[in-house]
Amino acid sequence: MLDCTPKGPVDTHKTGTINPIKTCQPLGAMYAALGIHGCLPHSHGSQGCCAYHRMALTRHFRDPAMASSSSFTEGASVFGGAGNLKTSIKNVFAIYNPDIIAVHTTCLSETIGDDLPTIIKQSEIPEGKYVIHANTPSYHGSHITGFSNMCKGIVSYLAESDGNPKKEQLNIFPGFVNPGDMREVQRIVTEMGIPSIMYPDTTDVMDSPLLKTYEMYPSGGAKIEDIRDSGNSKLTLALGAWSSAEAAAILQDKCGVPGVPLKLPIGVKATDALIMAVKDGFGVDVPASLEIERGQVIDTMIDTHFHYQGKTVAVFGDPDLVIALTEFLITLGMIPKYVITGTNGKNFEKIINEMLEEAGIEGSKVKAEGDLFDLHEWIKEESVDLLMGNSHGKYIARAEDIPLVRVGFPISDRAVHPLMPVTGYRGCLRLIEMISNTLLDRRDRDAADEDYELVL
Amino acid sequence: MENTCSQTPEQDALITERQHSIVTTGNTKTSINCTDDSLAGSVSQRACVFCGARVVLNPVTDAVHLVHGPIGCAAYTYDIRGSLSSGSEMYRRSFSTDMKEKDVIFGGEKKLAACLAELAEKHHPPAIFVYSTCVSGMIGDDIVAVCKEASLTYDIDVIPVESSGFISGNKIVGYRAAGEALLRLITPKEGEVIEKTRKLNFLGEYNLGGEKWVVERYLREIGIEINVAFTGDSTVKALKKAPGSCLNIVQCTGSMHWVANQMYEAFGIPYLDVNFFGAENTAESLRKIAAFYDDPEISARTEALIEREMQAVKDVNEKYRKSLEGKRAAIYVGGAFKAFAIIRQLTELGMEIVLTGTQTGKKTEYERMGSLLNEGTVIIDDANPAEIEKFLIEKKVDVMAGGVKERFLAYKLGVGFIDHNHDRKDGLIGFEGAIRFTKEVYATTCSPVWKYVRHEYGETDQ
Repeated sequence: MLDCTPKGPVDTHKTGTINPIKTCQPLGAMYAALGIHGCLPHSHGSQGCCAYHRMALTRHFRDPAMASSSSFTEGASVFGGAGNLKTSIKNVFAIYNPDIIAVHTTCLSETIGDDLPTIIKQSEIPEGKYVIHANTPSYHGSHITGFSNMCKGIVSYLAESDGNPKKEQLNIFPGFVNPGDMREVQRIVTEMGIPSIMYPDTTDVMDSPLLKTYEMYPSGGAKIEDIRDSGNSKLTLALGAWSSAEAAAILQDKCGVPGVPLKLPIGVKATDALIMAVKDGFGVDVPASLEIERGQVIDTMIDTHFHYQGKTVAVFGDPDLVIALTEFLITLGMIPKYVITGTNGKNFEKIINEMLEEAGIEGSKVKAEGDLFDLHEWIKEESVDLLMGNSHGKYIARAEDIPLVRVGFPISDRAVHPLMPVTGYRGCLRLIEMISNTLLDRRDRDAADEDYELVL
Repeated sequence: MENTCSQTPEQDALITERQHSIVTTGNTKTSINCTDDSLAGSVSQRACVFCGARVVLNPVTDAVHLVHGPIGCAAYTYDIRGSLSSGSEMYRRSFSTDMKEKDVIFGGEKKLAACLAELAEKHHPPAIFVYSTCVSGMIGDDIVAVCKEASLTYDIDVIPVESSGFISGNKIVGYRAAGEALLRLITPKEGEVIEKTRKLNFLGEYNLGGEKWVVERYLREIGIEINVAFTGDSTVKALKKAPGSCLNIVQCTGSMHWVANQMYEAFGIPYLDVNFFGAENTAESLRKIAAFYDDPEISARTEALIEREMQAVKDVNEKYRKSLEGKRAAIYVGGAFKAFAIIRQLTELGMEIVLTGTQTGKKTEYERMGSLLNEGTVIIDDANPAEIEKFLIEKKVDVMAGGVKERFLAYKLGVGFIDHNHDRKDGLIGFEGAIRFTKEVYATTCSPVWKYVRHEYGETDQ
């Protein structure tokens, strides 16, 4: 496939994007909305967007992603989409009976300038039901921006403070991660004895079990009353600056709940930081169980360090994931040679470069708003030992004969990943397992007969 | 599994509001409502005009396909179709102008022109297709003018595809936009003469899982060459020779009938409808083509091929028929052409079709569909998941054929599933495809996994 990447000196393209490492805002907004219990995400635009987002989510999670569309055609595009949205709200409550509709805009409704707050106010909303919204024009940011915007929408519409002293409970904004990751973060916090409210929470929604009956709204997702009560919590942990920080800031302004920004808890350092934030915030001790888990990770790192120490790695994906992952790879003694995200944000390059500098790693290339074409050109100039990123990386992996560890979104050619965490200490073990074993499989495959060994 | 529907009586009532889009063969007098826009607020399985254009054109392998819009439209169509190539892989790359806010405000023409310049100079493709999207259409970018200028400057075909998503709620409009782009590409320049040949063009064939190559092999065996397919495994150069064919065979009628008609008008090329899905359909189609050539040698070779291949299909079907006979099947696909083929194949296996539907079927097609089915079969136009769920449960469906958005819904309801759309990796065409289809239907319908779904915790027996 990559015979089309021009050979010769590196000269990355200056216009447009070739082979994106991102997609557009509404997908992230749809995913965030699916993390509210009983919510039907609604795409305010033409049908294609909604179909594409549902398809992309379905492919990654291997679960149905339900969402409705305003079904714009030329009329709505010329005269405005207010009529379509009002009709949609009425129909959605009548046909699909959700507790809440989370509307996100698309390029089209943004360009024609539909005023969502006004349209929602003028709509018929049944007693006890909610309609919230987020502005998610696709010509700005990426799916991560859209996820963040819907998180902001959820806080703005639903979180409330009753003014009393804050409860001994923790809010967690998990960032754009798999349900398996959200479950792992919840487990750690529960292990520390702190009640928590996580939203969005796609556990038991996008990794829903197959039980006796099928429910259009699975049992998972953050309950609206819990989201409302998050305004009464003592502390918010915002995991991932790109996907969670702004929502936490709004909650702080609106309800006075202090928000602590953290990295996604991927890797030992970031998981430590999560646990310490809970410890400091609530004055609890770190339980022995977590100490044991951490010890197992360190023990495993020692058992395996010679497999990956000094190996070069190219990492691509969403900024919050890539930042945390890069930190962990440095901890493992690996050399992040190329680090790239499709999402914009100047801080990305600064944060990664600082990490590399601190570790004394020189000669790496870092880029925000890059694409896989850029990455491939870099790799063609100087290859790496390992590639880490989503399924689209498989073509570079094949063309350049580099092993690939799949992590991030979307992963469309492997199963089980949405249920398995890369966060927390268990996530550390899983990542070490994937990285080590991938490199060892490679070594076995390449070994000459006389070098083929039972013990590695 | 005790299949309880997640719907309330009110929802049932609302489904009856769509009653004219849902008919039951034998006892509904009114004909079906279709080709309408979807209800605002429905969870439609339909896509958009851009999607229609993109799927038709994308298999042109050596062209650059540049999506002029914000990143999403290109990202969602980045290498998702499974059309295989015997040469260039250029078409599997995702090129986007990646419009930003300032492009939306000040217009995206400059950015498009800059992208075209860079792509033409660095990648030297023989053609660039430029797809308009909702935003570039809405702000009124004149992609026709930008393409024309780039075409003259770089001396390659730069072809606008007017595929703004909002033009219609039906992707058939996108098929037309793609058809127009193809005609523009293949129409000879003034003074250019395309040599007439005895080869045929294969329209509406996208080489999913190498399907074009299977038919190509059959045709070669009987003595007929394919000139070019529209558009599976095609190149710009090959497409330009299309006017030299003596016959067009049309498989996906939804996307290519219009093109076939235009080619008849412009170049005098007659066309035949064919359908290579299912053994019977394949045999019929080969006979039709052979009859067109009216050559006893071709006919003799055709009959020999059919006899040999039908025996192989028969042997396999007989083996699996025992397990599949009487099982209940549902079909929900993009177009009617595919539905016809699947109905026939499943019926040949002794299965009962209890539900069928499409996203884009036409009235006449639904009428024909009704005539192929037993009384009491539900037919739905533009179904939404709530309806699919309701009927899968009500009709106690064992296996469903559909696309990616239906797959996991079926699984959640304990129903086997066979993809007949974008997520396919192995071709279903021709005799060998029919065999593969039978094996896949068997594998999913009779998988041991369903035992665990349909039983109480701890129970293991049937």
